[in-house]
Amino acid sequence: MSILEVVSGVLMLAGALFVLTGSVGLLRLPDALTQVHAVGITDTLGVGLIILGLAIRAGPTLLALKLLLILAILVLTTPTTSHAIARAVSRYRSRPWKDGQGRAP
Amino acid sequence: MILGIVAGALLAGMGMALIRALRGPGAFERVLAASSFNIKTLLFITVIGFVAGSPVDYVDISIMYAVISFISMVAVLRCIEHGGFTGDRDKEP
Repeated sequence: MSILEVVSGVLMLAGALFVLTGSVGLLRLPDALTQVHAVGITDTLGVGLIILGLAIRAGPTLLALKLLLILAILVLTTPTTSHAIARAVSRYRSRPWKDGQGRAP
Repeated sequence: MILGIVAGALLAGMGMALIRALRGPGAFERVLAASSFNIKTLLFITVIGFVAGSPVDYVDISIMYAVISFISMVAVLRCIEHGGFTGDRDKEP
């Protein structure tokens, strides 16, 4: 097992851990704003780590270039979507969730 | 092995996002869960391409999926912000 395979495996496992963390936050947190806080960060980071690991595994080919293109598209679009959702929430909901209001179903 | 672990984690994340999209009390929770589900599906397609041994075929699908999911999410948010295609502008959906 070469060094590149080890690096790729570590990156992909870290990305999977981040994706799981964000998903648990999406499921457990009570409000749309808090869920944006959980998902918007960890999805970008986890996606970047997993795609970097796949690109290292693919080697210097056209496939790695396409994977980096996907990474560029996602790094541009994921925070944009999170920002649009947070802006829409802040426009339509006057008061955010406070402690003691109960959880989401 | 590692690809299998990553694919399992992505499947678990997709399941949690789907549960949130089905149970979410408001429209914004559902939109957020659908966006997260899109991203995880895209990654799952790419990883499954590596598992299946022909990743070149699957990566093109992933590029298309990335662009389409972003455009559809922006379209849904625009529709919500403008109160749907017809209707009340200042009411929360």
